Amino acid sequence: MAVDEGLKIELGKQGVLVTSLQELYNWGRRNSIWPMQFGLACCAIEMIATTMARYDLARFGAEVFRPSPRQADMMIISGTVTKKMAPQVVRLYNQMAEPKYVIAMGACAISGGPFKQGYNVLKGIDRYIPVDVHIPGCPPRPEALLDAFITLQKKIDGQHLTGEGRPRHLDAEAQGEFPVPVQGEHDLEPASNPGVWTVPVVIR
Amino acid sequence: MSNLPVDEAIDPLTVTGRPDGWNRPPLIEPDGEGELLEVAMGPHHPSTHGVFRMDVALDGERVIRLKPVFGYLHRNHEKIAEGISYLASMPYTDRLDYICPLTNNWAYALAVEKLTGQEVPERAEYLRVILGELTRFQNHASSIGFLIQEMGASGTPLMYAFREREKILDLFEELTGARMMCNYMRFGGCRVDPTAAWLDKTRKVVAGLYGFTEEVDRLLSGNEILMARTQGVGILRPELAVNAGVTGPMLRASGVNYDIRKVDGYSIYNRFSFKVPLGDHWDVYDRYMIRLLEMRESIKILEQALKDIPGGPVMDPKAKIRGFRPKPGEAYGRIEAPKGELGFYLISDGGPNPYRYRVRPPSLINLTVLEDMALGANMADVVLIFGSVDIVLGEVDR
Repeated sequence: MAVDEGLKIELGKQGVLVTSLQELYNWGRRNSIWPMQFGLACCAIEMIATTMARYDLARFGAEVFRPSPRQADMMIISGTVTKKMAPQVVRLYNQMAEPKYVIAMGACAISGGPFKQGYNVLKGIDRYIPVDVHIPGCPPRPEALLDAFITLQKKIDGQHLTGEGRPRHLDAEAQGEFPVPVQGEHDLEPASNPGVWTVPVVIR
Repeated sequence: MSNLPVDEAIDPLTVTGRPDGWNRPPLIEPDGEGELLEVAMGPHHPSTHGVFRMDVALDGERVIRLKPVFGYLHRNHEKIAEGISYLASMPYTDRLDYICPLTNNWAYALAVEKLTGQEVPERAEYLRVILGELTRFQNHASSIGFLIQEMGASGTPLMYAFREREKILDLFEELTGARMMCNYMRFGGCRVDPTAAWLDKTRKVVAGLYGFTEEVDRLLSGNEILMARTQGVGILRPELAVNAGVTGPMLRASGVNYDIRKVDGYSIYNRFSFKVPLGDHWDVYDRYMIRLLEMRESIKILEQALKDIPGGPVMDPKAKIRGFRPKPGEAYGRIEAPKGELGFYLISDGGPNPYRYRVRPPSLINLTVLEDMALGANMADVVLIFGSVDIVLGEVDR
């Protein structure tokens, strides 16, 4: 339920803060995203550069990199996910507490990137886990990662506590744990998680 | 390698045993009763070297066995390169050791130039040296930062290192168009000619780098905690280092005077005067110190190269960059990359793409002695020893 903007400003002048639980909740989550300290490949170096003094991720309340998935809110898939690494990535994602978000950083995490034709490279981590923000680039510049953070903050701001648009962790029927792929005879099995990814249909 | 101090009484194989796997009898007998604690460190772990796993068996705090497990970042670099043209592999080499892309470019360009017999103009050689030494500087700076980060000094030294790194990356970006994946060198020269303004800017940046090494020296070299944690830890005997094929700062920290810039004299390194620092205690502290001293030597080379750089073209006008078919044959080009000997071995069968393309990665080969250095050490020191090897997983797994 939204509060009338004019009334809000008028009350604000009197020193009364009016807000809704939803706004307060989103405001808190939006400004203290704790990423997981988890680097995969080249993009991880740009991720480290983003946290350093020049780009200063702390401005977004996101400088606290947690080594443990239990304490993290967000996972940055920073680099190439190989078929050997994919099960561990999904397992780490499962271990994170809700609400949790994923940024796919760079071409490799999105689609396999320059290594797509390789036999050991996963063609996009969104085959197994839901991705909130994709950033293109090889590697993306630190500014691009900051932009991804701002995009994610906007996304969190738009979430509702109830109703259709509520996030997964408030939906009792939503999928909580994602199946961890295993190395089969020829490839990872299953090849993708149909709950989050379907084969794109090319319309000619 | 004649000046190697070989101690006849010590057979390196009896000192440390052959690193032939998990099943060999433990060299250090557990002294307590009960079972060993087996810990799988990784592939997700808080140290900053990528996806790498160490299966460690512990007796209390002491490491009894250590088995490195890699392959989590195997990206089929060699197989992809065998299917595409020589030039098309150049951007892939950037992604090998992604902290120092320009030296990877250089080693690959050198191998192809040997294969096809191409000449490199004078100015391009100078540029390669300048970019190679800038790369070495920023690699060693970040490497020291990461090492101290793993000791628990979260932040400060790494922030200082990245401050310098950003200055160097700005130069790379201005010249090549990319911060990290430069893709700058070509067979027979370099891609673009730097402007006089870029050279002036580089001179200014280089003039400021010495202050950074001083700062690191004052901040860290005499630091009580750093000395207590690193001195006498992770000793690598020169005999073992030579036998295992270890190269780069790791080998020189073990006291072996072997620097490919001096030994091979590739490019124009014989025109510059610089020293090769050597370690005498062979431990983690020496590896830190060697990197610091090498940064200073890099500045010396940079100053000389920036003073003497001649005019002229940066590309051999006769050079064929794309669409060439080398005569059947093989070539091995190697350089002293910041992490050690980086070599590319190419076999041509006369076609437009290499028949065999092999990378000799310094990180992987330096990593083979990890178990020997870590046996008997405390668990907390293993991360430090691992950090002092200075690996990049993109190069280990390729």
